[in-house]
Amino acid sequence: MEIPYTISTRPDTGLWNAKIGIWLFLASEVMLFGGLFSAYVFLRLDAQPGEWPHGLLNVPIGTMNTAILILSSVTVVLAWAALKMRRYNAYWWYMLATILCGVIFLFVKLYFEWPQKFSHYGVFLKPEAREKYEQYLGNHRREEKGLESRIEITGHLENHEALTDPNIKEYEIAMDPVNANPDSPAMDRPHFIPLPATDKVAKIEKEDVERISSFGPWHSAYFASYFTITGLHGAHVLGGVLVFLYMWLPVSKKVYQRNPEHLANRVEVSGLFWHFVDLVWIFVFPLFYLL
Amino acid sequence: MDASTSLETHGEDRHHHEAGHEHEHHELGFWRKYIFSTDHKVIGIQYGLCGLVFLFFGFTLMMIMRWQLAYPGQALPVIGEWLPYFFGAGSMPDGKMTPEFYNSLGAMHGTIMIFLGVVPVAFAAFGNFVVPLQIGAPDMTFPKVNAASFWAFAVGGAIMVTSFFVPGGAAKSGWTSYVPLAAIADKGAGYNLIFNGQSLWLIGFIFLITSSLLGAVNFITTIIQLRAKGLTWMRLPFFVWSQFVTAFLLLLAFPPLEAAIVMQIMDRTAATSFFLPAGMIVNGAPVNISGGGSPLLWQHLFWFLGHPEVYVLILPAFGIVGEILANNSRKPLWGYKSLVFSVLVIGFLSFIVWAHHMWLTGMGSTVSAFFQTTTLLISIPSVIILSAFFISLWGGSIRFNVPMLWVTAFLPMFGIGGLTGIPLAFNSADLYLHDTYYVIAHFHYIVAPGTIFALFAGVYYWFPKATGRTMNEFWGKVHFWPSLICMNVIFLPMFLQGMLGMHRRWYDGGQGWTLAGEHIWGLTGFQWNTPISWAAWIMGLAQIPFIINFFWSIKHGKKVNDNPWEATTLEWTAPNRPPHGNFVTTPVAYRGPYEYSLPGRDKDYTMQNEPVEESERRQRRRTEPALVH
Repeated sequence: MEIPYTISTRPDTGLWNAKIGIWLFLASEVMLFGGLFSAYVFLRLDAQPGEWPHGLLNVPIGTMNTAILILSSVTVVLAWAALKMRRYNAYWWYMLATILCGVIFLFVKLYFEWPQKFSHYGVFLKPEAREKYEQYLGNHRREEKGLESRIEITGHLENHEALTDPNIKEYEIAMDPVNANPDSPAMDRPHFIPLPATDKVAKIEKEDVERISSFGPWHSAYFASYFTITGLHGAHVLGGVLVFLYMWLPVSKKVYQRNPEHLANRVEVSGLFWHFVDLVWIFVFPLFYLL
Repeated sequence: MDASTSLETHGEDRHHHEAGHEHEHHELGFWRKYIFSTDHKVIGIQYGLCGLVFLFFGFTLMMIMRWQLAYPGQALPVIGEWLPYFFGAGSMPDGKMTPEFYNSLGAMHGTIMIFLGVVPVAFAAFGNFVVPLQIGAPDMTFPKVNAASFWAFAVGGAIMVTSFFVPGGAAKSGWTSYVPLAAIADKGAGYNLIFNGQSLWLIGFIFLITSSLLGAVNFITTIIQLRAKGLTWMRLPFFVWSQFVTAFLLLLAFPPLEAAIVMQIMDRTAATSFFLPAGMIVNGAPVNISGGGSPLLWQHLFWFLGHPEVYVLILPAFGIVGEILANNSRKPLWGYKSLVFSVLVIGFLSFIVWAHHMWLTGMGSTVSAFFQTTTLLISIPSVIILSAFFISLWGGSIRFNVPMLWVTAFLPMFGIGGLTGIPLAFNSADLYLHDTYYVIAHFHYIVAPGTIFALFAGVYYWFPKATGRTMNEFWGKVHFWPSLICMNVIFLPMFLQGMLGMHRRWYDGGQGWTLAGEHIWGLTGFQWNTPISWAAWIMGLAQIPFIINFFWSIKHGKKVNDNPWEATTLEWTAPNRPPHGNFVTTPVAYRGPYEYSLPGRDKDYTMQNEPVEESERRQRRRTEPALVH
């Protein structure tokens, strides 16, 4: 028994089966990421003034990753076109390029972007204690200028043992430039490239601290959404890479030799998935890096 | 097979050859044939058997709860001594139910009945078994994906059942898992981060959602691509239409819940605060969380699935009812096109009514007004469908066989369920009735004597196609009548209890509630629990004839021909127990799905694959031009 229209098109619909299947699957994926992005909007609209962080991500690296993903979308189309022209060698190289782009994207995400967050700390001050640390917050000037007030001092935690040892009464933070020079007009807007932490250390008494947290998903609704959405997106990239790998390996050459159109169709549907994953990133990038 | 295009090279021919070669050694081993099968019929039956077992399991949980509601605080005789061996010492010490165990039973009853019972049977089992046969297809478009769908479901179901046996027991926060309660339940000392009731509930759901997604993609593609020649959209059986729309609901409504579930898993394991507001105090101590989350967000995402899900439960039932009704009234289904368009409208509207589950959250009157309007709008197509069914009976020569009995019972039962929903649709009336037994009665009338009756009708109706034998009529009636009576004894009094203000989640059955002492129809609201509980237990007994009948008939039922009900749709042109690939000759459809009692014929049914002869064409062109293509 054989299923009709797996490779050739059905005359009245003009489509083969998997093409409908993948579009339906993508519709469902739109709803999945739609749910997560709506949650982002919901939480951001709910956030109190000063609660939603800005400028904590590395924009140049994000831009580079965006470019890499867009490039991979181009190469996968070229790979498909090469198959349609029955040029398997060209297909092989374009597919390799696509896979490499996906791997580089994941590498950058997992080895540069994510780990940095876990060594960076933010100290949320109790509302009544904020005046005491005015020299690091610069809220007087910000109030005059009509800017949101700062509620957090960020930087590198120098004494990690303070997190667990109740005898240590204060946290020592090597501050980010934004807290080192809070009154500088240069700090009013987030920087395109995050500046490295300064060696200026602030000592913050524990009893003034509402909460201390690294920049992990537990830091804020912002980082919770960031890690969840980029994590799920990363899982999709990984899935796409694995599928492409399968189509690039010699097993798939047998499919090509039996019926080249079959492999071309496979690349077409997985390419559609890849474009979708790319499109999700096109939303992720401005929402988390720029806005 | 389809005409080869220029793209199909000789490679395709070799493939044909291979397929033929395979055909000679067709006998697959037991495991490939019955367990890891890719045949849509086997998968349908797998889904059906698992789903029916889960339905009975979910019902059993409720039967245990009904003891606590009727006789709060008393030891459950006999069974009560055994249950702790199953569910752990903390469940029913000395046969007396603990509040935590009561909550587990309630949450898991809802979850299991809906997601592991009704959806798998109504959508996956009947859809898998019947839809490809009805559209004249050899199988689903993606048979392996179909098998993957079943196994994802099986894993999800196994995880849900396993969650009863972890320390602390299964999820306790209701089938809706409202946060922040759900996000902090089963956490802390004595609980594993992953292997606790609530976390396993969430993880199990990921698998169930995956299963639905794979199934839905497969169904829609199959219906679009594999319809037999001549089977145009308006010649599709109503059942296929209902499954088509249901598949879209599953496809688009489940993912937002998956998003919400991922977020709740993050809240529980990665200390995020998607659903947790700042300044939360648990057990008298502030929780170390970032806050900034919103409990309302969960409700929105949950009900964005939750409401379409209600129609996932009822639309396949409509489809089954339509088939059996036309077949046994020996008349075309009245208003076929209205039925189809009503189902499509329901499918669309079901996505914009979800917040009527949230009247009590204080969303504001503008939002409420919008959702109140859409909710009332959606009752219009539902009423059209029910009216069309009733009118279909008009002037028919009705055969009251067992499937038809269930279907005739479905109509008024669904009617009660639907009409009692109208007060709940109104914001102001719902403020009083919200979360009372009135709501329980309302939706159970739709799902239990509604959908589940339709499922039984479907089992009796399509049983001969799957086995070549019919189920026993007498025992079918012994199954039907007590079930019908007990259903009503269970759910009618709940309307009264609800109007007394009895809350649906009370552990003591309302014993301590003053208004539950009011007398209605000779009993107090609390005392009504007793007849309800006894009816539930008797209904449990009434399922035994069905179980025995089901298995006995597989081997010993009356042997029947390929079309025992003298039906018109294409599944009855396939041989009984259809082989892999289904049809002996590829079917072609020449006419609509319900051509019963055509004038001037020697039999009162004309199957879809019977060609229209010239004389008939001429006559019909005069009388009903719309039906002749």
